[in-house]
Amino acid sequence: MPDEPSFYTTPSSENLKGIWAWLLTTDHKRIGVMYMGVVFFWFIIGMFLGLLVRTELMSVNSTILDAQGYNAAFTLHGVIMIFLFIIPGMPAIFGNFILPIQIGAEDVFFPRLNLLSWYLYVTGGILAIVSLFAKGAPDTGWTFYVPFSVTTHTGVTLTVFAVFILGISTLLTGINFITTVHRLRRNDMGWGQIPLFTWSIYATAWVQILATPVIGVTMLVVVFERLFGIGLFDPARGGDPLLYQHLFWMYSHPAVYIMILPGMGIISEIFAIFSRKAIFGYKVIVASTMAIAIFGSLVWAHHMFASGMSDLAVMVFSFLTYLVAIPSAVKVFNWVSTMYKGSIKITPPLLFALCFIYLFTVGGLTGLVLGSAGTNIHVHDTHFVVGHFHFVMLGGAGFAFFGGLHLWWPKIFGRMYNFRRAYIGTLMLTMGFMMHYTPMFILGIEGMPRRYYTYLPQFQPMNFFAGIGAYIMVAGIMLILFNLLYSFRDGEKADGDPWGGTTLEWATPSPPPLKNFTARPFITDYPYDFTVQPRFWKTPDKEGKA
Amino acid sequence: MTSNENTHLQSYRELILVVIALLALTGLTVMVSRLDLGRLRVAVSLSIAAVKAGLVLLFFMHMKDSGRLIAVTFLATVLTVTILITFIFLDLPYR
Amino acid sequence: MTHRDDIGARYGMWLFLYTEIMLFSGLFVLYAGYYYQYTSYFIEGGKEMDLFIGTLNTAILIISSFMVATSVAAMKRGSKKTVLILLGIAILLGFVFLFNKYLEWSHKFGEGIFPGSDTLINGPHGRIIFFGLYFTLTGLHALHVTVGIIALTVCVIFTKKGAISAERVTILDNVGLYWHLVDLIWIFLFPLFYLIL
Repeated sequence: MPDEPSFYTTPSSENLKGIWAWLLTTDHKRIGVMYMGVVFFWFIIGMFLGLLVRTELMSVNSTILDAQGYNAAFTLHGVIMIFLFIIPGMPAIFGNFILPIQIGAEDVFFPRLNLLSWYLYVTGGILAIVSLFAKGAPDTGWTFYVPFSVTTHTGVTLTVFAVFILGISTLLTGINFITTVHRLRRNDMGWGQIPLFTWSIYATAWVQILATPVIGVTMLVVVFERLFGIGLFDPARGGDPLLYQHLFWMYSHPAVYIMILPGMGIISEIFAIFSRKAIFGYKVIVASTMAIAIFGSLVWAHHMFASGMSDLAVMVFSFLTYLVAIPSAVKVFNWVSTMYKGSIKITPPLLFALCFIYLFTVGGLTGLVLGSAGTNIHVHDTHFVVGHFHFVMLGGAGFAFFGGLHLWWPKIFGRMYNFRRAYIGTLMLTMGFMMHYTPMFILGIEGMPRRYYTYLPQFQPMNFFAGIGAYIMVAGIMLILFNLLYSFRDGEKADGDPWGGTTLEWATPSPPPLKNFTARPFITDYPYDFTVQPRFWKTPDKEGKA
Repeated sequence: MTSNENTHLQSYRELILVVIALLALTGLTVMVSRLDLGRLRVAVSLSIAAVKAGLVLLFFMHMKDSGRLIAVTFLATVLTVTILITFIFLDLPYR
Repeated sequence: MTHRDDIGARYGMWLFLYTEIMLFSGLFVLYAGYYYQYTSYFIEGGKEMDLFIGTLNTAILIISSFMVATSVAAMKRGSKKTVLILLGIAILLGFVFLFNKYLEWSHKFGEGIFPGSDTLINGPHGRIIFFGLYFTLTGLHALHVTVGIIALTVCVIFTKKGAISAERVTILDNVGLYWHLVDLIWIFLFPLFYLIL
C-alpha cells in the first residue's frame, strides 16, 4: 500500500481496529471493496458451475452429471450469475466506489444503510448456499416458473427467499444512490456536468427501485404457495401461471437493463478517456440512457411469446421491443463516433470496450431476431436464446465489468497491472467466447433445446467445439484475475490520474484518502473537457478548500 | 447545502377538516356500495378511494410542500403501476 | 455525516415508500387479473366479508393517521406532551386495528376458510383465489401495521429522550410518512375486499 494516508490506512471511525475496521465501516470505498471480494467469490463459483454444464454437454450421454445434477447445476449457474454477480456487480462495486467521488461527495447519503445492503447481500448469498444442502439443490432454472417451482421437492423455498433478500439489498442501494446524486452532488455541478457513469447508475437506481419490489412480492407469493397452498399460482386451484410469468418478467426484463446500463456508462467513460476526445453526443447518451430505462420496463412480455399469451399482447410487446433497440443503437454510434479523429491509445480497458462493442452488437441484433414474434416461435427456448443472452450479458455487461475493473483498478488499489498479460487474457477470453457462443446460434436454429442434459447425436460435434471454447474462455478469465492480483506484488504504483482522465475520480490520489479529496477539485463546464492543462488534480484550487 | 426547513407550520384546523372529510368519504363509499350501480360499482368505489388517497397525500404527507421532485417521481410511480395493470389487459381478455 | 440534511432524508423515505407501493402493486396486478377472470366469485366473496369490521378498521386507521399528522404539527410547535399523547393514541389504534383483523381472520378460520383448507379446495376456483388474495394482501398489510407500531414506539422513546424535538422532527416526520402509506394502502384494500358487492 502507498505511503500517503489512504482510506486503507484510515478507518471510517477511529475506534475501529483490525477486521472491524472493515466489517463495521461506513466508508463507501471500503464497502465497495468488500462487495468486490464477495462478488468475485460468487463469480468464480458460477463460472465453474457453467463449465461443469458445458463439459457435460460435450458428449451426448451423461458423463459427469446425471439429469438431476445437470438441472441443479444450470439453475445454480443462473441464480448465482444473475442475482449474485451481474445485478449487484457493477452498481455495488463501482457505483459504491466511484459514484460519490465522481460527483465530489465524501460518502453516499446513507452510509449505514449502505453497510446494511452489504450484509443483506451476504445473507442472501449464504441462504442460497444453505438452500443447496437443506433439501436438495433447486432444479427449476433461475426463472422459478410455476407450477413446477411450487410442486418440486427440492429446496426452492429457501432459494426464492434468498432472491427476496437480495432484492431488498439492491433496492436499498438504489435508494442510496438516487439520494446521493440529488443531495450530495457538488452544488457547482449541474445536471449537464455529471459524468456518464454516474448518469447510468442513476438511471439504473430508478429501475432498481421501481422494478425490484415486484419480484420481491412474487417470490413471497411463491413461498406462501409452497408453505400454505394459497392457490394464486396453482392452476389446479384456479391460479394462472401466466400471471406469474408476467410478474416475474415485469422485474426480470428491467433487470437486464440493471445489468447492462452501468456497463454502458463504463464504456462511455473508457471511450472518452482513451480517445482523448470529448464524448460524441453527451446529451444524447444521457437521453438514451433514460429512454432505455423507461422503454426497457415496458417490454417484459416478449419473454412469453410461446406461452399462450394473447396475439394482441404478442404484437404490442414485439413492437415495443423494437423501440428499445433504437436508444441502444444510438449509444453504439456515439461510442464509435467518439473514436473518430481522436488520438486513440490502446490499453486493456479500451481493448475490452472494443470487444464489448462487437459482442454487444451481435447480442443486440440477435435480440431482435428473438423480439420479432415470428422468428421467436421458431427459436424459442433453444440454444439460440442461450447464445443471445450470453452475448448480451457476458459479452456486454461482463466485458464492461472487466473493462471497468481494468480502468479503475489503479484507482481502487493504487497499483498498475501488467498490460501484456491483460492483453493475452482479453484475447483468450474473446476468442474462447466466440468459439463458445457462436455455435449456439447455429445449434438453436437447427433445433437444439436449452436446459436438457442430453441432445440428438447430430449436435455432438458443435457442442464439443463449444466446450473447448468454454475452457479457453475460463483460462482467459483466470489469467485476467491472476494478473490483477499479481499487481500487488510486481505492479508499479499508480498516481492519481494514470490514464489522463477528466472526471473527478482522477482528481484525487490513488487510492483516495478517507474523505476522497485532498483539495477541492475544479469542476469543468463539461465533464469530458480534455483541453484543461495541466491535469487539474495536480493544481488544486487552494482558495476553495473542501 | 441549506436544507433544514421546519418553518412551515400546519394548522390543526386544516388537519381536523381533512380527517372529517376522510371519514365522511368512508361513509359515502359504504353507502354507495349498497346502491345497485352495475358495472360502475368498481369505478365509483375506486374513485372515492383515489380522492381519499389524494387528501392523505396532500395534507397528511405534505406533498404540497415537499417540492417538485417528490411530486413528479410519485406520479411516475403511480404511472408505472397503472402501466403494469393496463398491459396485463392486453393479454387476459384476448387469449 | 457532518451536516444534517432533512430534505435528503425525506427523499430517501419517499423513495422507500415507492418501493412499498411497487411491492403491493405486484399483488394489485394479480387482483386485477383475477377480478377480470372470476368477477362473480369476487362479488360473492365480498359479501362474505364483515362490512362493519372493515369500515371500523378503515376509520381507525384514518384517525390514527390523523393523530400522527397532528403530532408532527405539535412537535414543530414544541409541545412535547401533546406529541406523546397523540402518538400513544395512534399506537393504541394500531393495536385495535390488528385485534379486529385477528377477530376477522379467526372467524374465517372457524368457518374453515384458510389457505389450503379443505372447504376452500373443494369449492370453486374463484373462491380459492379471492380468499388467497384476501389473506395475502391483508396479511402483508398487517405486517406493515406491526412494523409501523414498532416505529411509532421508537418515536415515543426518542421524543422522551429528546432525540426528537422541535428542531429535529425528521425521524418523526418520516415514520409518519410510513404510517400514512400504510393507511393509504388500506384505503384501497377496503373497497377491493369489502365493497365489491
